Order: sequence, then C-alpha cells, then structure tokens
Amino acid sequence: MAKITRKEVEHVARLARLELTEEEKERMTAQLDSILGYIDKLNELNTSQVEPTTTVIPMVSVMREDAVRPSLKQEEALANAPDRQDVFFRVPRIIEG
Amino acid sequence: MELHRLTIHELRDLIQKGEVSPVRVVQDFLVRIGQMEDQIQAFNTLTPRTAVGFAKKFEEMQARREKLPPLAGVPLAIKDVICTKGVATTCSSRILENYVPPYNATVMARLNAAGALMLGKTNMDEFAMGSSTENSAFKKTRNPWNLGCVPGGSSGGSAAAVAADMCAGALGSDTGGSIRQPGGFCGIAALKPTYGRVSRYGLVAFASSLDQIGPLTKDVRDAAILLKVIAGHDPLDSTSANVPVPDYEAGLTGDIKGLRVGIPSEYSIPGMDPEVESAIHEAIRVLEGLGAVQEKVSLPHTDYAVATYYLVATAEASSNLERYDGVKYGYRTPRSEHLIDMYMKTRREGFGPEVKRRIMLGTYALSAGYYDAYYLKALKVRTLIRQDFTEAFKRCDVIVTPTSPTPAFKFGEKTDDPLQMYLSDIFTISGNLAGVPGLNVNCGFTKSGLPIGLQVIGKPFDEETILRVAHAYEQATSWHRERPRL
Repeated sequence: MAKITRKEVEHVARLARLELTEEEKERMTAQLDSILGYIDKLNELNTSQVEPTTTVIPMVSVMREDAVRPSLKQEEALANAPDRQDVFFRVPRIIEG
Repeated sequence: MELHRLTIHELRDLIQKGEVSPVRVVQDFLVRIGQMEDQIQAFNTLTPRTAVGFAKKFEEMQARREKLPPLAGVPLAIKDVICTKGVATTCSSRILENYVPPYNATVMARLNAAGALMLGKTNMDEFAMGSSTENSAFKKTRNPWNLGCVPGGSSGGSAAAVAADMCAGALGSDTGGSIRQPGGFCGIAALKPTYGRVSRYGLVAFASSLDQIGPLTKDVRDAAILLKVIAGHDPLDSTSANVPVPDYEAGLTGDIKGLRVGIPSEYSIPGMDPEVESAIHEAIRVLEGLGAVQEKVSLPHTDYAVATYYLVATAEASSNLERYDGVKYGYRTPRSEHLIDMYMKTRREGFGPEVKRRIMLGTYALSAGYYDAYYLKALKVRTLIRQDFTEAFKRCDVIVTPTSPTPAFKFGEKTDDPLQMYLSDIFTISGNLAGVPGLNVNCGFTKSGLPIGLQVIGKPFDEETILRVAHAYEQATSWHRERPRL
C-alpha cells in the first residue's frame, strides 16, 4: 500500500507554504513514498520503554544580566530587504478583496 | 618555493619567523586559484582585495618586528553557509543569492582575531543538503583527483579547494557527514567536532541538533590548529558547551601505545567497496604496529541510523527553513497576488529539488497524525543509537570505520535516487545523532587513483585523542603528502 498519497502531498505542501507544479507533485509523491517505505524499518524496534532524545547536550535555561548591549542598526537590518518603505519591510497585501 | 603546497603549520612557522611575507603567500594562492578555478569550480565568491589588504598590514607588522597573531597571513576558504560580514553568504541557493550578512559568525570573529585571511566562500550542496555538491544552484565542483567524479558533499567546495592547494585550509559544516565524507573523497584531514564544541552562531541552520562547524586541512596537525582557534563556549550560542579547550597541537605526541581501538562489526556491510575494505584493514594493522590494541565492539542500531537521520534532520530543516519567506532578506518572487501567494511562489522559485523534498518530508513527519509514528519514533531510536556509542566506549578509546562505503562516485550517478545518495552517509550519520566527534584521514588510494578515507570516532569532547590517533597514523604513512596531478 502507498505510504503517502498525492492528496497528502498537496496538503503538506500547503502547510510548508510551497507551491508545487503538477509534475513536481507526481515526482514528490513517488519519491516520498519510497523514502517513507525505507523509514518503516524503524518499526522493527520496540521503543515503548525508550525516552526520546531531542538534543545530546544537557539543556538548561541560560540566564544573563538584563543589560543594554549594542545590536544591529536599523539600516543594517533593512539592508537586505527585497522591498521596503521608509523603515518598514514592505509586503504584498494580506487581506484579499 | 610553491607556497600554496604548504600546510597551515608550515606557512605559520615561516611567517612567524619573518622568512616569508604574508603578501607573497596570499598572492601565490591567488595565482593558484586563477589557474585551477576553471577546472575545480570550488568558489562561489572570491575576496582577494580584503585578503591582500590584511596581508599588507601583517607584512608591515613583520617589518616592524611586532608580535603577530598566531595565524597571521594564513589563507583559508570558508564554506558559504557561514555568515561573513559584508561578503555574500548564499548557501549555494537562489533564495540567498544576494544575501550579504550584517554580522560575522563567531568562528569568523575568532579566525580574524587569530590573523587568518579569507580567500573566498566555497560551493556546497544547497543549504548543506546533499553528499556530492551537485545540489548547488550555481555550479558543479569537481574532485581534484578525478575531474569526472564528485568531491563529496555538502562541503565539497571546501574539500576540493584544500586538495587542489587553492587555500591552506578551510572550514565546513557537518550535519550527517558533510565535512568527513568530502574530506574522504578528496583525500584530506577533515574533522567534525563534538556537538557543542564549536559555536554555531552565524552558521546558517540546517538541523540545529546535529550541525557542527569544523576544519578541512592538508594534515591532522592543521586540523588541530584550526580547532583550537574556533572551539570554545560562546555566549551567543547557548548550545555551545562550557568545556575547557585543550591545546590540541601539544596533544599530538605520536604515542598511541596501549590505546584501545574499537572495530564495530556492523560496519562490514553489503555494498562496501572491496578496495575500501582492504585499505581500512591495512590502516588498522598500521595502528596495531604503533602499539594500539584492537577491540571488537558493537553498534547494534547502525542499520537504523539513516532512517532516523532523515526524519530528525528533515523535521528540524523544515522548521529552520520557514524563515525564507521573501520578507526580510533573500529572494522574493516578482509576481504575486497576495502575501500567502508571495510565500508559496518565493519558496517554489527560490529552493531547489532536494531542499523541497526535505522540507516536505520534515513537514509531513511533524504534521498532525504522523508526529508520533515518525518524528517521535525517530527521537527514540536516536536514544538507542546514542546508547550504542556510550556502551562501545566503555571498551575502547576510539572507534575506527571507513568514512564512506565507496570512494568518490561519478557525476549524476546517484542524483535520480535520493535514497541511494542518503545511504552514502551511512558511516558518518550515527556520529551526528550521538553528538560524538569524528575525523577523516586519508588511508590510501584505489587502483584508479581515488582517495580512501578512514574515520576515527571519539568520545564526546575527546577530540584530543582522535587527533592524536590520526596524527600518529599520518606519521607512519605518507598518504597525506600525495597531491592530485592537475
């Protein structure tokens, strides 16, 4: 049975904000299906008693002094903007209609 | 003297003694790059004027007999995934083609303080996703040992530039083998440090729990020198560990008597190239000749590492790459109707096929209904893989394996089958999942003249021992002195 359908690929692409062509959807479905088929081998392992590892280092909250320090200047932060107006990043309209 | 053939420590010693001018060094490398770049295609950006400018400053200091910083005038190449203030940092992606960072990565600040010079930014697989550098949006980097073969990846530009003497050394990044595998394919020393050893501040993120920056160099001593400069805690990266950084170069004693070398039985796999297998056996005999003791160990979950990696790494990547939305920096589609449409088209036009595939796989693995079955399952198997190393290191001091099951492959050989490409990282991926350091050292050549890589894996934060083992091996062999005929 297929691991992933074309409909699911379309749904995931929407979640990822990624436009795909018809041909890409076709190819992506086949390739993801084959990769997920391979990944299925993880189910050979019983992990019901195993804790997950999200990171290999001990994670503790890092505290620092609440002091003012130099940061990026406004112009530097805006320098790479694809589109800007005054000191703002400019984007296409958000509300349709 | 052909200065470009020298190692970092040789150049450093000549410059520090005042026997060679840093300007001459840089100019010699620039001439070499000029001769080689058409064939090798290692660089995305060259920065000759800045390099010569700093070299002149050091030359003047030399003339005044002032004390020079430790790596003054040593020319390096930097993978195009590391942010360099005022110099384009593209990740070999259309989406960052015009991105010029307003700040330096911590590793760059440290290299600058040590006096090292940057010659340019090197080509890579887009966003460090790949094993051949064929996923670059800009160019194909060729393997200096055989121009019909890939240099490996994703740090293929850095590895090829070092092997072709187009820089004295380089930095790369390694998420699943991206320093060690191209190091192996190009026949050079290449080190992925312990997770947390080197600050990731300013490293464009691929998979944050796996990424590490490390050196690619002409010999092991050079790797020790560069690691010393870039390692250590950084308040700007809270995942960088506050663990003392030893003097790695001083640790290269050549003495490995009684050291226990673990040989994992699981690394003898179908599909292993027989020439690689026999070179590794020969390398183990060399280590025994130096007084090391062989110890059989087991890493029983090795067979699950690639599957685990392609869920963990893609899940983290899908989240990290959400930031490329065409708003604050990077490419934006010229035609869109509204904001969401702009995001969708920007990302469609800006990302290449492998990046899209990984974003899709990662988004799927994290999506409602599949999180437990895929992502959480992978995190649990990651625990098992990590425990394998903890157990194995109770019986040995280092583990040795091939770096890759095969030598460098031909262009196009694996591009149609993503899974085959992923499987070429089978021996390096576990190291990232477990967070342990690994080092590639050249251990011979195939009959057709391609380098073969030996991987030395160490305990967490014990780079000192793997450097000592690889250095002792180098002292007993001459592979690292071989150069490609170009």
